[in-house]
Amino acid sequence: MKPESDTAIYEGEGKRVTPAERRATIVGVILIVLAVFVFWVFALGSEAGVQSTFKLSLPQARFEDLAWTVNSRWLGFIVSGILAFLGGMVLRRSHVKWTNLALAIGLILVAFAFLTWAASGKSFSLVGMLRATVVLSVPVTLGALTGLMCERVGVINIAIEGQLLTAAFVGTIVGSAWGIWAGLVGAVLTGALLGAVLAVLAIRFRIDQIIAGVVINIFALGLTSFLARRVLSEATHLNSPGRFSPTKIPFLGDIPVLGPMFFNHNMFIYVTFILVIGLHFGLFYTRWGLRSRSVGEHPEAADTVGINVYRVRYRNVILGGMIAGFGGAFLTLAQVSRFEENMTAGIGFIGLAAMIFGRWMPLGVFGAGLVFGFARALQQKLGILGTPIPSEFLSMIPYIVTIIVVAGVVGKARPPAADGQPYIKD
Amino acid sequence: MGPFSRLGKVLTGEAGQTRTAQRTPSVSRASASEKRLTLELRHITKQFPGVLACDDVNLTVSEGETVALLGENGAGKTTLMNILYGLYTPTSGEVLVDDVPIVMESPSDAIAAGIGMVHQHFMLVPVFTVSENVVLGDEPTEVAGWIDQKTARDRVRTISARYGLEVDPDTYVEDLPVGSQQRVEIIKALSRDANFVIFDEPTSVLTPSEVEGFFKIVEGLKADGKGIVFISHKLGEALEIADRIVIMRRGKTVAEVVPKDVTEEKLAELMVGRPVDLVVDKSESKPLEVVLLVDNLSVLDDRGQLAVNGMSFDVRAGEIVGIAGVQGNGQTELVESLTGLQPSMSGTVYLGGEDVTTKSPRAIHKMDVAHVPEDRQRSGLVLPFTITENIVLDSYYESPISRGVQMNWSEASDRAERLVEEYDVRTPGINVLVSTLSGGNQQKVIVAREFDRDVTLVIASQPTRGIDVGSIEYIHSRIIEERDAGAAVLIVSSELDEIKALSDRILVMYEGRIAGEFDGSASTTEIGLAMLGGAGEAEAS
Amino acid sequence: MSSDGDWGDQGYSAWYARVSGVGSSLAQAMIVPVLAVLTALIIGAVIIALTDVDTLPLWGSDPAEAFRLTMDGIFNAFKALFLGSLGSPRAISETLFAATPLILAGLAVAVGFQAGLFNIGVNGQMLIGGMAALWVGFSLDLPAIVLIPLALAAAIVGGAFWAGIAGLLKAKTGAHEVITTIMLNFIALFLVDYLLKSSIYQAPGRNDPISRPANVAAQFPRLLGDHRLQIGFLVALAAVAFVWWLMYRTTMGFEFRAVGFNPDGGRYAGMSVAWVYVSVMAVSGALAGLAGANQILGLEPYRGISNFSGNIGFDAIALALLGRSHPVGVLFAGLLFGALKAGGREMQGAAGIPIDLVLVLQALIIVMIAAPELVRAIYRIKTPEQEAGTTMSTGWGS
Repeated sequence: MKPESDTAIYEGEGKRVTPAERRATIVGVILIVLAVFVFWVFALGSEAGVQSTFKLSLPQARFEDLAWTVNSRWLGFIVSGILAFLGGMVLRRSHVKWTNLALAIGLILVAFAFLTWAASGKSFSLVGMLRATVVLSVPVTLGALTGLMCERVGVINIAIEGQLLTAAFVGTIVGSAWGIWAGLVGAVLTGALLGAVLAVLAIRFRIDQIIAGVVINIFALGLTSFLARRVLSEATHLNSPGRFSPTKIPFLGDIPVLGPMFFNHNMFIYVTFILVIGLHFGLFYTRWGLRSRSVGEHPEAADTVGINVYRVRYRNVILGGMIAGFGGAFLTLAQVSRFEENMTAGIGFIGLAAMIFGRWMPLGVFGAGLVFGFARALQQKLGILGTPIPSEFLSMIPYIVTIIVVAGVVGKARPPAADGQPYIKD
Repeated sequence: MGPFSRLGKVLTGEAGQTRTAQRTPSVSRASASEKRLTLELRHITKQFPGVLACDDVNLTVSEGETVALLGENGAGKTTLMNILYGLYTPTSGEVLVDDVPIVMESPSDAIAAGIGMVHQHFMLVPVFTVSENVVLGDEPTEVAGWIDQKTARDRVRTISARYGLEVDPDTYVEDLPVGSQQRVEIIKALSRDANFVIFDEPTSVLTPSEVEGFFKIVEGLKADGKGIVFISHKLGEALEIADRIVIMRRGKTVAEVVPKDVTEEKLAELMVGRPVDLVVDKSESKPLEVVLLVDNLSVLDDRGQLAVNGMSFDVRAGEIVGIAGVQGNGQTELVESLTGLQPSMSGTVYLGGEDVTTKSPRAIHKMDVAHVPEDRQRSGLVLPFTITENIVLDSYYESPISRGVQMNWSEASDRAERLVEEYDVRTPGINVLVSTLSGGNQQKVIVAREFDRDVTLVIASQPTRGIDVGSIEYIHSRIIEERDAGAAVLIVSSELDEIKALSDRILVMYEGRIAGEFDGSASTTEIGLAMLGGAGEAEAS
Repeated sequence: MSSDGDWGDQGYSAWYARVSGVGSSLAQAMIVPVLAVLTALIIGAVIIALTDVDTLPLWGSDPAEAFRLTMDGIFNAFKALFLGSLGSPRAISETLFAATPLILAGLAVAVGFQAGLFNIGVNGQMLIGGMAALWVGFSLDLPAIVLIPLALAAAIVGGAFWAGIAGLLKAKTGAHEVITTIMLNFIALFLVDYLLKSSIYQAPGRNDPISRPANVAAQFPRLLGDHRLQIGFLVALAAVAFVWWLMYRTTMGFEFRAVGFNPDGGRYAGMSVAWVYVSVMAVSGALAGLAGANQILGLEPYRGISNFSGNIGFDAIALALLGRSHPVGVLFAGLLFGALKAGGREMQGAAGIPIDLVLVLQALIIVMIAAPELVRAIYRIKTPEQEAGTTMSTGWGS
């Protein structure tokens, strides 16, 4: 039964340190452990004298055959040394503010050491990997932007997954029947519709927002699976919409490394960039943003200055749904060009984690999206290299990262103050 | 409003949202003497499910006049003002400006009619700057809704200068002291050309000298031709500031008086409906041994800032120590730390000679400490539980309420029956949900639960906040009984009157420190000075 | 300090108080669920009609025939639904058989709800609990009377452990259990796939993720001759009784409910909110683990396969809502959903309607239960006097 003294579990050990200091200790220890790990596994695990080659250009690029070769073992040693140094600095707690930066640098180095180890004695397309990172970050980023649009006005949207899935489904069918642009419109409208459903349930009926989201997810999964089996299995011509093809941006697309990463994609990726930047400035510098944020932070205050809280909430939740619809279209009209049951596989939830990780800010959300994109790209590309790590464990990476993010290892952000609270007037 | 801002409104589809009606021309700016507008509430009735909050209420206020609306907590004052501000729709009755009925469907209608309101709980977004808060809902914009920050700042500065409401437009509101936040609220109301300003319990968050400053602001507004409604339950303040006093009781206006015709005692009687003893009856204290000893205690708040900063004091058996101070000076953190709810950063707390600094809330409770928390609904009670369940909320695990792992519900019911009787909790039965009880009765449930044993230390935070006078009197007398029975008592309250009525010794808390120590008979002025941090550093930022 | 305080408002159970209208009579309490199920079935019929690809083109040329065919389709579907769930002793056995894991999983969600936690991780906990039970089931050579309780104990420990992770994360860091449990679902899924291909579990001579079978002694004995109903159903009934006793008769249940309604109040009353979160999740996970054991030791082929928990974890949410988080309510809701499932299978086989329709019906049922105003609006029922409710969800794990 219950321990007599609750202190052990309840108050924790760090009783007389500030939270920031306590976090610094945790991060410092993590960095030291990583240093030892890199030394042991990646450095000593690579044979002496073997080199890793990173290709920095795609096969048909203008500057061909850019590559970078490093000694695998020595790189491991160097990374391990830097990690130990960073860990030591953080543990001294003299500059608590830099904890996150040290952690970020440390994790990037670990990822790099890992790649070097995995590619030791082989050649690995680094630019291909980074490109995949950007592409795979797009659905996560779009999902996160959806969540952000809603939560900034105080509505928790856990239905992103269902919105993506349904939009992907509708995009496929409409796209197959009337062309990909029609499919795109259909998907965006579907997202808007589901956004409206969430808004009505949460705002009008004041259902608990998490339950409303879960319901939409179950409904979306059930309905799309049902229709896929009952309709798509018989009318297979409705499940091949074709895809949007990539357009290279002149000049920019030819820059080494950055060109293939950012400027040689299909329209979805460019629109995502524009959305991220546009929403960031919109949210923090315009009337729309000020009003939206006021509704998410203090709806009563917004109401007392004549802002219609319900209207702002409806509008933003529906707009958020449209972003999710766009993300759903990306899945079936750009990535795979067909619908499969439950094809989103948790992307919507990872998007939520990215939203928290990105601290409810569009630019932050994009950065978080890239982290998740990298994790998924890693899982895809490592299969080619044939590492001894079972593929199941690589598949777990994004989900484990998500848990680490929401557990606040990267520091706690403050959500909008009225997040999840229905506004009750009169 | 420049042409661009109109364009911005059209572009974002919000034209007309903030201007459902044409603004009443601002008389104050033209000439105050030309014509005095009148704001009138006529036959207002508001029925909530199960409660008649306002019952045929009438009220008028003219420009250049200050009307105080006086009443007990729950008398219907705030409901009335929320109707006046368009937040509630009345069940019947109407609001008129200059004898013209106006449709009040939302606050924007009130704003358009020239009504501004300074709410008891400030309607400010903490993470916005002062100027963002002031322009919210009426933003000066450039192309595509881009906010014109310069104009926004200027708007704040203009009004600041005009009424002497000093505040920096670029500070974040959450970083401002309460007094300055109130100024932001006033600026916000004035920036919308309010002819009438309603203040809802404006002084409850201010120190005595801030109150004086506030009264000066009100005088200034009045001189500028604004009509003022001042809602309060504080008699002295109403007498001091108002031209007329309207008294509400149980949703009705029961009297309208002029200050020179009445005394505080008379007002109290009108407010409560029976003669009230304004002084708490208590004998001289006989302090014995030290029960609670706090040594150099420091506690962090949720944001990691030092909220309690090296406090040392003691409380003896048989005395009541009151901690005065404006809310938000570390009182909450102090109490949470003393009761084990929040860890301390440094320092030691001794209870009866034993070091309890790191003890859990349960362990401290077991040492016969009674804790009446500051927020009864949030932390003192489980609202969807019955009275019985709330009575055993902190003793459910002990015999006889528990038998091993099982609850002994019949024992729990017996205890609840006894305490409901003993503590005069007005309820149809013990299996009623506490959420259905009035504030005063809810508080009595907590007091009954906490006092029903041999208590050595009482820690009571805001013990009578927001409850009716009858319950206040009752709870005060129970606290004094505990003292006389030999308990040490620590009272934390932001109501200086309450502190003065109960305490044998008064400590003033300012920014996490003790800013002064007084005996029970100290004057309000002395204590008020300490509440500002001693030498009048009102604006420590 | 843990971040209990951030969970500002009252818990999930407070919301039930609003939704279920505490104090209303039984008839009043029943009317919304009954109408919700009825409405969901009607909408289901409409969906069947609208997706009848063969008949749809006929509406233009021969509406009468199209109408007849559509009605036939719906009639056949519902007939299959009924016959498959209640039409014969075998059908009833199938209903109870299908209800068994649903009741256990529904109880898991309900316990969480009552304590203010939303456990969406039942699927993952079932997987881990089931795998633990399976390991006991094929590696120990003991008589059934010892082996089955041991396997159940392993399932309890496995499920409690997996859910406990989410509880601990919430208690220690404030990480929202909705996100962590969903993530743990995915992790469990991959972990089980890995284990099924590992030498410990994998069936000899196989390359795909499938385990060796449990010993015959570990396989749940059947109750009605050849019919599939087995002792797992009795375990579920015992669990219903246990949860009722736990929640309403023990001090621990009192803590669970107090913290569920108002974590701050619980904390002020000296309860360890962190401890409650961990133990509630453990209890919830233990129940889910039992459901997982049932899905391996209670049905053929008595082996572990990829994602053997299926969609039960999500069905369980609907079920807990329908049963108003009360153990007895969950029992009846489980029987109803069991019937839907058994009938749904028959519907898929006999009438060709994909069983995913049941998922849609469940989502509709939850919406209408969660928003009783919706049902009242549809059927123009007078609203019982109710006050505006409290919220249960606030910001994320921060």
